[in-house]
Amino acid sequence: MILTDLVAWFADPENWSGPDGVPARLAEHLQYTALALLLACLVAIPLGALVGHTGRGAFLVVGTTNALRALPTLGVVIMVVLLTGIGLGPVLFALVVLAVPPVMAGTYAGIRAVDPMVVDAARGVGMREREVLLQVEFPNALPLILGGIRSATLQLVSTATIAAFVAFGGLGRYIIDGLSVRDFAEVLAGAMLVAALAIVLDLALAGVERLVVSDGIRAPRGRART
Amino acid sequence: MTWLVRNVDLVSGLLAEHVWLALVPVVVGLALALPLGWAATRVPRVRFALLSAAGLLYTVPSLALFVSLPVVLGTQILSPLNIVVALTLYTVALLVRTVADALDAAPPAVLTAATAMGYRPLRRFVAVELPLAVPVIVAGLRVASVSNISLVTVGSLIGIGGLGELFTLGFQRNFLTPLVVGLVGTLALALVVDAVLVLGGRLATPWVRAGVGT
Repeated sequence: MILTDLVAWFADPENWSGPDGVPARLAEHLQYTALALLLACLVAIPLGALVGHTGRGAFLVVGTTNALRALPTLGVVIMVVLLTGIGLGPVLFALVVLAVPPVMAGTYAGIRAVDPMVVDAARGVGMREREVLLQVEFPNALPLILGGIRSATLQLVSTATIAAFVAFGGLGRYIIDGLSVRDFAEVLAGAMLVAALAIVLDLALAGVERLVVSDGIRAPRGRART
Repeated sequence: MTWLVRNVDLVSGLLAEHVWLALVPVVVGLALALPLGWAATRVPRVRFALLSAAGLLYTVPSLALFVSLPVVLGTQILSPLNIVVALTLYTVALLVRTVADALDAAPPAVLTAATAMGYRPLRRFVAVELPLAVPVIVAGLRVASVSNISLVTVGSLIGIGGLGELFTLGFQRNFLTPLVVGLVGTLALALVVDAVLVLGGRLATPWVRAGVGT
């Protein structure tokens, strides 16, 4: 039975040590996700804030977000690999590209959604544009920015799994390797680990959201499938 | 281009597979989400349970769901049914919230008027509440079908992925052309389906353009 095989897989100490063990694969998965998320935020938050603050280039933000929903992540990852060769760099690049739009859209939408009266009042008390953006618009936009980061994180966990197909590490290895040797217990173990990681990260980010968002702000939340 | 001409049978076959793998779940998902969304608007506890389950389900990465379903359903791991069921689950998860929100947005005065005119609950739902909810539901259907079209390609990792099979083919042969054909085909399919839904939504709600109603 597959379920007893699954239990046996998790009970096997061999699956918990070495470069192919769960801790190592989990660490890889987290590393890729965190690194790609950090790089994506460095690009996307300033860009989204700029577009949201000035109102210029909004079509670009909305357009890329919609196009991304239709863009198959597997195709993007394979294309980058075919063009530049297998390695951490190319796959990481593909991950960053896929994570930028949700963060940018969240930042843009958050800043756009700030009450114009509040922004006006900030200018009225003599704040400079920079101060308006950083001290007023940004904290008010935080729930939607974090919403974008949550979407991007799920996208990254999911895409990093798929990227195992191009000889990439992470928890997706168990699914891809298990499929190739028809070891379905390994496949299922990988799937459960990936799903658990996604759910735990999502809950953790929801917790962060509750901690850092000012009590005075309650915003509608929007999430997108990755 | 010559590759495409030589392999037109392969590509059109994969395209047809792609269409039904992506769109059957949208139809089934909508059929399931309508009663569930309706139930969610009536009973707050049902709403909480459904939306929590939907959020959780939506968090599970697609490849993980594809390979886990055989255990639950008893299907073969390479069966297309896994893809269809997984995408149906995602569609329902997305649409339950959309349908519930859309039904909530109906102006109470309109519902009271309908009741006063003698509409019974079922007929009021079909003839008044549902048509008013169409624009929002269409918006949800657009998101669901476009993301399904993209997610089908992940299925190529377990052997059934419509145009996504061109990605794995391109990777195995280290050959860019099929990959590009697959990418462009998937995007084009998404664009066409999206446009059809926008058009269908407009035809179904003539009062929106007339400026009548809400």
